[in-house]
Amino acid sequence: MAKRFVSIWFRHLTTDWFTVRQPELKDVPFVLRAPSRGRMLIMASNEIAERKGAKVGMALADARAVLPELQALDYKPELIDDLLKRIAEWSIRFTPVVALDPPDGILLDVTGCSHLWGGDESYLNDIVNKFNSHGYGVSVAIADTIGVAWGVARFGKQSHVVPEDMHFNALLPLPPQALRVEPVVVDRLHKLGLRQVKQFINMPRASLRRRFGQHFMMRLNQAIGLDIEVLEPIEPIEPYQERLPCMEPISTLTGIEIALNKLLEALCFRLREDQKGLRTAIFKCYRIDGKVEQITIGTHRPSHYVKHLFKLFENKLSTIEPALGIELFVLEAPKVEDHLSQQEAMWEETGRLEDPRISELIDRIAGKVGSEAIHRYLPDEHYWPERSFKLATSLDEKPTTTWRSDKPRPLQILKIPERIEVTAPIPDYPPMLFIYKGKRHAIVKADGPERIEQEWWLQQGQHRDYYRVEDEEGSRYWLFRLGHYHDKTYQWFIHGFFA
Amino acid sequence: MQTAKNDIISKLQTDILRLQGFKQERGNNSLDAGLGTIIKSFPNSTFPVGCIHEFLSQKKEDATATTGFVAGLINSLMLNSGAALWISSSRTLFPPALKAFGIQPDRFIFIDLKRERDVLWAMDEALKCGALSVVVGEMQNISFMESRRLQLAVEQSQVTGFILRNNLNKVNTTACVSRWNITSLPSEEIENLPGIGFPKWKVELLKVRNGKPGTWNMQWMNGKFAPIYRAPVITHLERKQAG
Repeated sequence: MAKRFVSIWFRHLTTDWFTVRQPELKDVPFVLRAPSRGRMLIMASNEIAERKGAKVGMALADARAVLPELQALDYKPELIDDLLKRIAEWSIRFTPVVALDPPDGILLDVTGCSHLWGGDESYLNDIVNKFNSHGYGVSVAIADTIGVAWGVARFGKQSHVVPEDMHFNALLPLPPQALRVEPVVVDRLHKLGLRQVKQFINMPRASLRRRFGQHFMMRLNQAIGLDIEVLEPIEPIEPYQERLPCMEPISTLTGIEIALNKLLEALCFRLREDQKGLRTAIFKCYRIDGKVEQITIGTHRPSHYVKHLFKLFENKLSTIEPALGIELFVLEAPKVEDHLSQQEAMWEETGRLEDPRISELIDRIAGKVGSEAIHRYLPDEHYWPERSFKLATSLDEKPTTTWRSDKPRPLQILKIPERIEVTAPIPDYPPMLFIYKGKRHAIVKADGPERIEQEWWLQQGQHRDYYRVEDEEGSRYWLFRLGHYHDKTYQWFIHGFFA
Repeated sequence: MQTAKNDIISKLQTDILRLQGFKQERGNNSLDAGLGTIIKSFPNSTFPVGCIHEFLSQKKEDATATTGFVAGLINSLMLNSGAALWISSSRTLFPPALKAFGIQPDRFIFIDLKRERDVLWAMDEALKCGALSVVVGEMQNISFMESRRLQLAVEQSQVTGFILRNNLNKVNTTACVSRWNITSLPSEEIENLPGIGFPKWKVELLKVRNGKPGTWNMQWMNGKFAPIYRAPVITHLERKQAG
């Protein structure tokens, strides 16, 4: 499909911003000033001021001489970036691919979008009307290449809709500035009397490159469509995303549920076709007042089962505040994994970990108490007890090594080993008695020591000598001595309980 | 005449059990879990699955012995392929140690919650999921109403639930099918070698619905239960007579 691009040019971006906030400025000429080399320069002027001669770059004093009623406000350099970014985010309602075009424009990749609005003409009209209603004056153009759309938006005299494959013709009457080249090159072209693209576009390439440089050639090629220009979207495009614009703003729970169900069905259909399942999903609601409400869910196993996913969202739907209404619903799946659906049937009746009912149960529990509460462990190749197992990332992850059972390990373990008082007869012998929580345990039987060294590449410290002991009541404990007996710095700890 | 009478009585007993919800047709006769004579205490001489068992323990040491005994039961319930849930608000279980009881620790899903109220909720949810083999919940207190709720949940799904009541301070009536108390006993020497022998416990079945309570000594040996017959076995009745 042929690419289509829209360039939006904000004629008076910063001054419009001030006018929106201070409506009384609407009918007065005003400029934004900033100090530069000891004088005040005009950084931006509104439409009236510009028409009356207060141009950007003039000294404020000069402009005041021409236009005594001129008002001046302080320029905010940090405003532009922030403002442009916010506008770009807002423009996602027109197309998913929106890129910034500093200092005063944005670019949209609208390939396959405008037919939803009933054609290019009404699409552009809608964009202009939406921006005008928010108080921003814009000039908009649509074309097959970014270069031509950009040029036509700023310098186009006739229609701003450049039909498909007509971008070359549209480029011809434009001035050289429309090619987005440096001012030096524009000056040089003017000096040579080249005031329209058509005057030089058919000149030999080699001489154009020699005279005006590589950058100029690149811009020219991009405008014609010989070079491909890539937009950098402000929001990376999720490969699995579904959108549902609404004709009327939605503000009821039933409406949101219907929208969510529709999006889930569309997304799950695509996932099923690709044999994928989603691990996380984000449901975004774009409100008409410009705010975005969103809820996120996660699953423990890739899933494309609408009913289950809907249930996960359902618990959180009440947190969405529709306020005046929601005009666009977007469902994204940022994390998808392979999921072969025909395997489900095989495991339907057996009570195994692979059973989808288990992952659905876990998702339900995680939805209420948070997924950080759910743990599954896999063996890890470490002797150090605290590191002998690791957290599994999913229910499907298989152990890469076997669980060891050659050394005795306690069934219950203390998260942090606790200090105990010990009487031990001779070095490397198990203790005779120990005192834990004020209770004296006389040791009858003991096994050990099992020395576990620190893994120096992970952690520094002393080794542990573990003893398995049994007291006269028959309770079995796991004790260890930290450090060498003859060091005088050793300490005894209790670490666990045996069955 | 006598045999005919006995037949009628045993038939009536099975009928009563069936009416009370103890079904035999699920073919779980195979599950004797190596419990030996203990199995005779249960209705139909089979370990009741698809219901809730309650284990009491006061001390950490006893709680560990209980965990060991429960792990042995889970081993035979999971049959090497099932999945189990361990729900707790104060878990100290060391997953790799389960391997010693024949369980693959990665077949366990641990749910560590902050509040005990959530444990009850999660347990209720989990017990309704027929895909699980076992659900273990660690909690301090459970009221009769709450235990009844759990019992109702398993009656549909036939999942077996174990409630481990640690740090017990008050014993109350519950709707659980059985109530156990496991305490550790000094281990026996293996062939007169020094050191610690196999885990050994005193298993007290304090209460079992439609069965006979009793006390046994038991070891966990080479991956299965090994009841000790030569040790003096004090039954509930005898203890009552003595006391």
